[in-house]
Amino acid sequence: MRKVLIIGATSAIAQATAKLFAAQGDSLCLVGRNADKLSHIAADLKVRGATQVSEIAVDLNDFAQHEVLLKQAVSHLQGLDLVLVAHGTLDDQKACEQDYSAAEACLKTNFLSVVSLLTPVANFFEQQRYGCIAVISSVAGDRGRQSNYVYGTAKGAVNLFLQGLRNRLHKANVQVLTIKPGFVDTPMTAQIAKKGALWAQPEQIAEGINQAILKRKDCVYLPWFWRIIMGIIVHVPETIFKRLKL
Amino acid sequence: MATYESWGRFPKVSQQIYPLGWRTDALPSHENTSLLPYGMGRSYGDVCLNANGTLLATRQLNRFISFDPEQGILCCEAGVSFDEILSFAVPRGWFLPTTPGTRFITVGGAIGNDVHGKNHHRAGTFGKHVRRFELVRSNGERLICSPTENTELYKATIGGLGLTGLITWAEFGLKPILHRAMSSETIRFGDLEEFFELSRQSDKEYEYTMSWVDCSSQGKHLGRGIFFRGNHVTKDEVPSHWKAPSKRLTMPMDLPGFALNKLSVRAFNILYYNQQQRKSIKGLTDYEPFFYPLDAVLEWNRLYGKKGFLQYQCVVPYQDHVAIREILQEIAATGSSSFLAVLKTFGEVESPGMLSFPRKGVTLALDFPIKGAGTFELLERLDARVRDAGGAVYPCKDARLSPQNFQAYYPQWQAFAAHIDPAFSSSFWRRVTREIYA
Repeated sequence: MRKVLIIGATSAIAQATAKLFAAQGDSLCLVGRNADKLSHIAADLKVRGATQVSEIAVDLNDFAQHEVLLKQAVSHLQGLDLVLVAHGTLDDQKACEQDYSAAEACLKTNFLSVVSLLTPVANFFEQQRYGCIAVISSVAGDRGRQSNYVYGTAKGAVNLFLQGLRNRLHKANVQVLTIKPGFVDTPMTAQIAKKGALWAQPEQIAEGINQAILKRKDCVYLPWFWRIIMGIIVHVPETIFKRLKL
Repeated sequence: MATYESWGRFPKVSQQIYPLGWRTDALPSHENTSLLPYGMGRSYGDVCLNANGTLLATRQLNRFISFDPEQGILCCEAGVSFDEILSFAVPRGWFLPTTPGTRFITVGGAIGNDVHGKNHHRAGTFGKHVRRFELVRSNGERLICSPTENTELYKATIGGLGLTGLITWAEFGLKPILHRAMSSETIRFGDLEEFFELSRQSDKEYEYTMSWVDCSSQGKHLGRGIFFRGNHVTKDEVPSHWKAPSKRLTMPMDLPGFALNKLSVRAFNILYYNQQQRKSIKGLTDYEPFFYPLDAVLEWNRLYGKKGFLQYQCVVPYQDHVAIREILQEIAATGSSSFLAVLKTFGEVESPGMLSFPRKGVTLALDFPIKGAGTFELLERLDARVRDAGGAVYPCKDARLSPQNFQAYYPQWQAFAAHIDPAFSSSFWRRVTREIYA
């Protein structure tokens, strides 16, 4: 019966994960941009067994709202045990190459907003001396590739930020979980035509996230085989890697 | 990874996919294309296919909306699967009002095909239990359909093969159970007469009945098989310890086409019949293997290889047993029988669905690997026999029925067609209406 704040609750992975939380009887506070969509999700989670579900509709790119958001969530939930950060955009790499403002928007949503959100959350948990911060990053953050390096940069920066946070919060008994999914079949990736054996369903990723939280892991690749794939990719010497079409 | 073919993997067509994420989503533009809802692709032939058209992928519409734990009334989005409903409902003491032999179907698909199960003789079809649903039409209208509102569309949509518009959510009644265990009995029967006698007895005392039939045996063994019957456990039968089945296997690859042949299928049938040496075996069974023996092997359709297979299900009245006997004889004689042959009696509970398949009589379902023109010719002969007997063939399983036979089985088809949404179509519908026999 945890008290869980889900940021980016309308994302497919967050929805699937929230269903698992609800089945365990957790209290949930859902944050997203679209109030209508949040209400659909909230109804579902109540039926599935969530003790209580509240919704906050807000534009996460408005960083000034982040502290207030945390206060609201803590008051709705009457406490806080777990924060799942799941919001993000898969920006068009080509647009980011042409126009800095597109690249900046990508970095803002996928990296800076995470820092802005987690700054008060980390302080809250540090003082409380327990808690769990789980952030959906991506395998794209493990190495820069021409096909999506702006998005990859944002995710790579998130990974570094979380490493530092984990190091800092370890002594406060706070779990910091970096979640690195590979290809997931969601509306975010609907534009990508090629879907093969490497593609996973959001429900599989959700199961992995749920387990990683329960087992107090630091970093997980989902599905597991991405650990091997990325282990190879990060070890290819740069002189070779720069010639590859990835 | 999502693929958009039907369970029989025949025919193969190309189509555009339009995934729906929210029940409030508008339908896509349909100026140059036709639309058809697609759930989990468990119908066998082409009722879920729309060659050169657009499929509205509904699987992400998988949210519950409300549940009344007193009355057992569930309201959920149309892409919710029976598997998800069971995981939710069984621990809370509720069960589906009726279910087909797979739980990997969506609520929308269950309504569109008006599915039936082992309790048809008691409960009727799934559509019988649907209290209301929302139907989105291509003109943007969102209609609540129920036995009292938009009644004609309610009747046309149940069993309407997805052609009347998009179902976004539905409300239906579940049935109370005490435990996930089933009290079941399997009985060997030596011929068709014995099957009818067992059905007559069992349909009164047992909620669920169905039989596996050995389609490869002829002569005095014609129509022999194994009869399954069961009930949800009663208060006295509730077991104190129970272990739910866990692991599911996945068929790892396509079998080559020659793997299923007359010899291997005949051998399977003989072995399956003889594995039960005793006349009757009683006991407690988990609901999963009881209702869904084939779901234990995910993607079992790959058994039939890349070419796919044809499924055939017909119903004939059983005033006399002649028609079903002749059909079984015809199948056995050609030796092109399958190992998954099912025989069951349908009851009198009528469905609200205009185009529903089940009707009082006996139904036979079986699959055939596609072995050239001969397979199609055999099924044509069966079609004719079914027609003579005043029966029907199930669209949800079909990929090859002629317009003439379809229209003879479903003389109400033109009245139904008046309710089809002008922007909706399917490969099946175009096929069975390409010529008109008034």
